[in-house]
Amino acid sequence: MGAVSVQGLSVSFPLPGGGWIDALVGIDLSIPEGGFCVALGASGCGKTTLLNCIAGFIAPSSGRIVVAGREVTTPSADRGVVFQKDALLPWLSVWENVAFGPMLAGMRRAERRRLAEEKLALVGLAGLGERPVWTLSGGQKQRVGIARALAANPQVLLMDEPFAALDALTRETMQEHLLEIWAASGKTMFFITHSVEEALFLASEVVVMSPRPGRIVRRLPVAFGMRYLRTRDARGVKSDPAFIAQREEVLAEVRAFARQAVGGGV
Amino acid sequence: MSGEEATARQTKSRTAPAAAAPRRAAAARNVFPDPRSAIAISIATTIVLGLLWWLATERRWIGPLFLPAPDVVFARLIEGIATPIGDATLLGHAALSLFRVLSAFVLACATAVPAGIAMGVSRFARGVFDPPIEFYRPLPPLAYLPLVVIWFGIDEAAKIVLIYLACFAPLALAARAGVRSVLPEQVNAALSLGATRAQLIRHVILPAALPEILTGMRIALGFGWTTLVAAEMVAANVGLGQMVLNASNFLRTDLVVMGIVVIAAFAYAFDLAMRQAERRLVPWKGQM
Repeated sequence: MGAVSVQGLSVSFPLPGGGWIDALVGIDLSIPEGGFCVALGASGCGKTTLLNCIAGFIAPSSGRIVVAGREVTTPSADRGVVFQKDALLPWLSVWENVAFGPMLAGMRRAERRRLAEEKLALVGLAGLGERPVWTLSGGQKQRVGIARALAANPQVLLMDEPFAALDALTRETMQEHLLEIWAASGKTMFFITHSVEEALFLASEVVVMSPRPGRIVRRLPVAFGMRYLRTRDARGVKSDPAFIAQREEVLAEVRAFARQAVGGGV
Repeated sequence: MSGEEATARQTKSRTAPAAAAPRRAAAARNVFPDPRSAIAISIATTIVLGLLWWLATERRWIGPLFLPAPDVVFARLIEGIATPIGDATLLGHAALSLFRVLSAFVLACATAVPAGIAMGVSRFARGVFDPPIEFYRPLPPLAYLPLVVIWFGIDEAAKIVLIYLACFAPLALAARAGVRSVLPEQVNAALSLGATRAQLIRHVILPAALPEILTGMRIALGFGWTTLVAAEMVAANVGLGQMVLNASNFLRTDLVVMGIVVIAAFAYAFDLAMRQAERRLVPWKGQM
């Protein structure tokens, strides 16, 4: 099962001058299989640390993480990661990047090629397989990153602000595309953003995090993404009074936490 | 185009002396380093230097003992191809020197790149390789040449070892530095796609380090040619370096200059080949 369960997770980092800083304290989180969980918070609230723990890049100070019934100790192919940027391998062509995971697993070249084309078509990049990755636009590179993560057939897809470096228009298109991919693939998603609108639009559950120390302050089940998948009208969903009201309410909350953190110091 | 961009463009055209500049040059303005090709200027410089050389000898500003005329040097070059200079023709000298430099270089690539990568990825390898490399690297090859001769004899081995040592250090350090140019996101991405440590080194770290390794190879090859004369100082009868040394003993400045030009031409040709290889192998350099 592709469910994610985070139990009592705490992470502390040593400070350069001695002492420790608590990045995350007592995080409990459970994402059902096929769920789309979005962690929302201002910078410094530990959301990337949380993702890195689930991915296995960081060992927690205490607590445990279980993905698909197995405890997380190291990175592994059952948890695909899409990074904010810079994670493609420029010495490989687009399709070779997408097929990198299967290549490591020993899949035959012809089979890899076919799989890469399939995943590229899924993210709307059919026919670009032979291109060098550096000739792609920012949005196209992020799609390749998503296709690459999907090609390794992970149980869970972890996405660390994948659209943050994109312009507003591309970003909206990518959000719609991601929802369609989610619906088509049925993967469990964990997505990080600092954009309230993005969080509400994509998630089946939003978890709001507050900084210093990072902790979850609110869990909010939402269904705007499902509505988009039914209507295929993103602007319609985002300009709906219910969406706007929800957005303003959560935004006020996130801003209050951010102000508190700045005012209160470390 | 957004309003901001339009404003920026207007500001730019106001500040640049656009009226006087032709359109072609406008693209390169405000860019540092200047990306335009300098080949024409280099060719002109070479021609001017050649003319100065010819003029200085033709007008007897400098005597032939100090600087032989270009046509004399060229004549020695042509003669040397057919008739022996010392124990071999020019082709014989060049072939043996080429063999020494290339075999040392290939040996250095085969050992220094793995050593450098190991130093980049492992604390243990760094601890092991760092002291010996840092110890011998600043020494001039002439200083340890006697020792190399005592250890490796007066045959080819000593000469190749000397050139090999000159190539090894810059190449190992370049590979080590290259490991650092891999981005943490690329490593994490490979790990989350299921890469083992060996796969990570083979498929991510090595290619990421390749641009710096190729730069290191260029530098190493340059060092190899630089060390050639020193390597051929002891117990050599054939070789470009030996030819130059021998000619200098007899004050044959024409042969000395000819030898220098031939060595320089070889070194330059190899550097061009390496640059070509760089363009072919790492087209992504500077693109991402």
